[in-house]
Amino acid sequence: MSWEIVMGLEVHLQLATQSKIFSGSATQFGAAPNQQADAVDLGMPGMLPVLNEEAVRYAVKFGLGIGAKIGKRSVFDRKNYFYPDLPKGYQVSQFFSPIVCEGVFDVPLEDGSLYPIRITRAHLEEDAGKSVHDIFSHETGIDLNRAGTPLLEIVTEPDFRSAEQAVAYLKALHSLVTYLGISDGNMAEGSMRCDINISLREKGSDELGTRTEIKNVNSFRFVERAIHCEYERQADILDAGGRITQETRLYDAEQNTTRSMRSKEVANDYRYFPEPDLLPIVIDDSYIESVRQSLPELPAAKRARFIAEYDLTEYDTNLLVPNHAVADYFEAVAKSSGAPKLAANWILGDLSAALNRSELSIDANPISAERLAGLVSRISDGTLSSKLAKQVFEALWNEEGDTDEIIAARGLKQVSDSGALEAMVDEVIANNPDQVAQYIAADDAKRKKLSGFFVGQIMKASKGQANPQMLNELLLKKLEDQS
Amino acid sequence: MSDESVFGMSVSALQTMLRERSVSSVELTQVFLKRIAAVNESLNAVVTVCADQALEQAQEADATISRGEHQSLTGIPILHKDIFCTQGVRTTCGSKMLEDFVPAYDATVVTKMKAEGAIMLGKCNMDEFAMGSSNETSYFGTVKNPWNLDCVPGGSSGGSAAAVSAGMAPLVTGTDTGGSIRQPASLCGLTGLKPTYGRVSRLGIIAFASSLDQAGPMAHTAEDCAIALSAMSGIDPGDSTSADIPVPDFHSALDTQIDGLRIGLPREFFNESLDDAVRERVMAALAELEKAGAVLVDIDLPHSHYAIATYYVIAPAEASANLARYDGVRFGYRCEAPTDLEDLYLRSRSEGFGEEVQRRILVGTYALSAGFYDAYFNKAQQVRRVITEDFHRAFEQVDVIAGPSAPGVAFPFGAKQVDPVAMYMEDIYTLAVNLAGLPGLSAPAGLIDGMPVGIQLIGKPFDEQTILNAAHRLQTETDFHMARPTLQGLAS
Repeated sequence: MSWEIVMGLEVHLQLATQSKIFSGSATQFGAAPNQQADAVDLGMPGMLPVLNEEAVRYAVKFGLGIGAKIGKRSVFDRKNYFYPDLPKGYQVSQFFSPIVCEGVFDVPLEDGSLYPIRITRAHLEEDAGKSVHDIFSHETGIDLNRAGTPLLEIVTEPDFRSAEQAVAYLKALHSLVTYLGISDGNMAEGSMRCDINISLREKGSDELGTRTEIKNVNSFRFVERAIHCEYERQADILDAGGRITQETRLYDAEQNTTRSMRSKEVANDYRYFPEPDLLPIVIDDSYIESVRQSLPELPAAKRARFIAEYDLTEYDTNLLVPNHAVADYFEAVAKSSGAPKLAANWILGDLSAALNRSELSIDANPISAERLAGLVSRISDGTLSSKLAKQVFEALWNEEGDTDEIIAARGLKQVSDSGALEAMVDEVIANNPDQVAQYIAADDAKRKKLSGFFVGQIMKASKGQANPQMLNELLLKKLEDQS
Repeated sequence: MSDESVFGMSVSALQTMLRERSVSSVELTQVFLKRIAAVNESLNAVVTVCADQALEQAQEADATISRGEHQSLTGIPILHKDIFCTQGVRTTCGSKMLEDFVPAYDATVVTKMKAEGAIMLGKCNMDEFAMGSSNETSYFGTVKNPWNLDCVPGGSSGGSAAAVSAGMAPLVTGTDTGGSIRQPASLCGLTGLKPTYGRVSRLGIIAFASSLDQAGPMAHTAEDCAIALSAMSGIDPGDSTSADIPVPDFHSALDTQIDGLRIGLPREFFNESLDDAVRERVMAALAELEKAGAVLVDIDLPHSHYAIATYYVIAPAEASANLARYDGVRFGYRCEAPTDLEDLYLRSRSEGFGEEVQRRILVGTYALSAGFYDAYFNKAQQVRRVITEDFHRAFEQVDVIAGPSAPGVAFPFGAKQVDPVAMYMEDIYTLAVNLAGLPGLSAPAGLIDGMPVGIQLIGKPFDEQTILNAAHRLQTETDFHMARPTLQGLAS
């Protein structure tokens, strides 16, 4: 049987506010346990939540960023369940009236096309704490530093048909939220956690199959793998005539399998009801407008502009735009050098290879945009051959100075003086009579191959500084003269 | 000055004495501490006494007064209901669950009253988590009504009411979710005010039902309540539901001129099910107001008979969530040697909560459950709006709505304990006021067979002034509020 996979994603996005959503505690990652939890976070008797307005602003930014409808009157609700790291015995969330309503998010796929994903909703909620099992033997510790951290839960319709689409969506989402500055998007630190709802159905069917939910997958790569192995698992069951159990599963990266998370099949009844300790969030048009004015240029607009303004390919654009810092860097190099295509090639080629090798992010890039622009300029004005340019790039990487300083210090200037080149060509021809004779005797195809020998000799003699284009022209003319 | 003479004195009278320096705050504090020591063993109104801290505060108050300065409550000894968190002082909420709970913070009400110079003598007994109308659900034992030691003081602020009535303090705080200030004030012969929802910050008050809870003062007179209300009120950035509405000086604005004041009498309150003796006392008090120029008008609150059902869905539902934090994990009672997480939850909560609290958690959990939410919680929210609209419509015709505070006088211990619904009926005249978020007060309206009974005055939102004015006028015309229990059979 041929199965089609149908998926919807829920992303828990940690908002990068300074303080928690309902208390004044700090939200920084990595503090010692319970150092960032106050009486509100601990759910102490008599404590009340006070809404962090910045979290609201971030949620509205996100809504506008995906062109969604903003809930003019959104309400917090209590989601009731018992768990040791849930201090109040309920999580304050938004169930009935979320702050961000439906929208459509165009996801750029690798082939350059756009794939529209329907966003069902996005709502604000507080994070829970953490149960720690590896500090005390036979006892569980509770760390409430994370309790009360603002989250935006972003829910899609079941619009995904492949793991590649799901990963492309997550990457585009990551790009959007970092552009908006509402989250650091750091998946390893849990700033972006993904739940995947997966079901299979016969190809061509309109009905949805029974789904499972894979919780808390925390890297793009794991998302892809988790989807593949859950697809295999469900397909095996269905092929054997079995039925899928609706359940929550966990992806085990080490085993590369998913396993059932809840042993008992108990449906949770969260008994949502409106949170009486908080007033509804009322948002008017002027507020929405003021947030809209504050939005930066977003990835979709930037992609379109790069293509129009710099004549880049969609492929290059899709690589340059997702990371805001890379896009800015490219734009600075392109503007300063006046050679956008060359700038893109160097950034996506040598620079990103070097960064990868050294495991550096763009923020730790040792080559300033100005310096790379200097290199690109010297290439485009013919001062440097691509071979020399690679030497200069190495020197730039090692922070030996700017491009012109490196050229001067190493005497790397390309020789484009026709007199000097002519002398070199003459010398090589004079010193290699046998090869000249072979050349003259050869046909066109062979001649092309043989001319490489002369170019190599001259490059060696010029320490690679001969302008290759001029050299070629001169050499062919001289060899022609010999015959 | 004899000790006896200050026990029944009003806050305003004590203020005058303090400011004239005919008595010091330290002396007053000592007198009331002595009184507590003498009568509390019999009454059980106070669960924690903070003698040293109180005397320290009193010394500071005396120093302030001697500099010729004072705040509205400087040097006045008070007691707080044990639902208000007090920094460094055990706060039990009447529950085994919080028997040893010592908060690291003060409730905003406590902070404000401290800043106004009040001296905290200690904490008052109460129904467990404010759930009850007789103070019989307290883990720390029943409170006796000073008017008759065989009877309940009302609840849930029963300890607070008994304490003022028995002269342990001239002023106490209470909270009122469905009548918990007004009903015990009625049963103990006091003036008690539940302010408009949002008037007083709820921060640091242990939550029962968040959309209904409101703190207020209980004292001998409306004048004292006016003084205390200004001290307690005001917007609090720590409570999003506190109202950004200016707080008047209720005391200096007290106006006995009530000529033309329109007082509405809901037919639904004065129908055939109202006890005759209570009707007679309430009408007598209203006749006094009429004599002073008020106009009595019959009005309708057509949906008021839904108040009990509505309340007993909404309040338990909110409580079921508010009380989920008492799980034995971070603070409060934890069962012995839990075998696993579920055992920890089950036994900590079963052993730590009393029967009535567990009943309400179950009712509330049920009302919120999948499949029942629409029929119960959602419907109750809708009816709540209808009940509120009834009041708003009535207030287009009248300035104040009057009725009984409670269906009768204090009843004997155990009389209503076996039947929860009979107990819930105690709040039949008060619940709707909480559902609508309105201010309401109970003022003494005389005695029935030697036991006090109150009249309830309900005001428009944030118009506590008008009901205080009316009660104050009543207290200038009559001496219902001057009646004191004899405390026979008590050592004094």
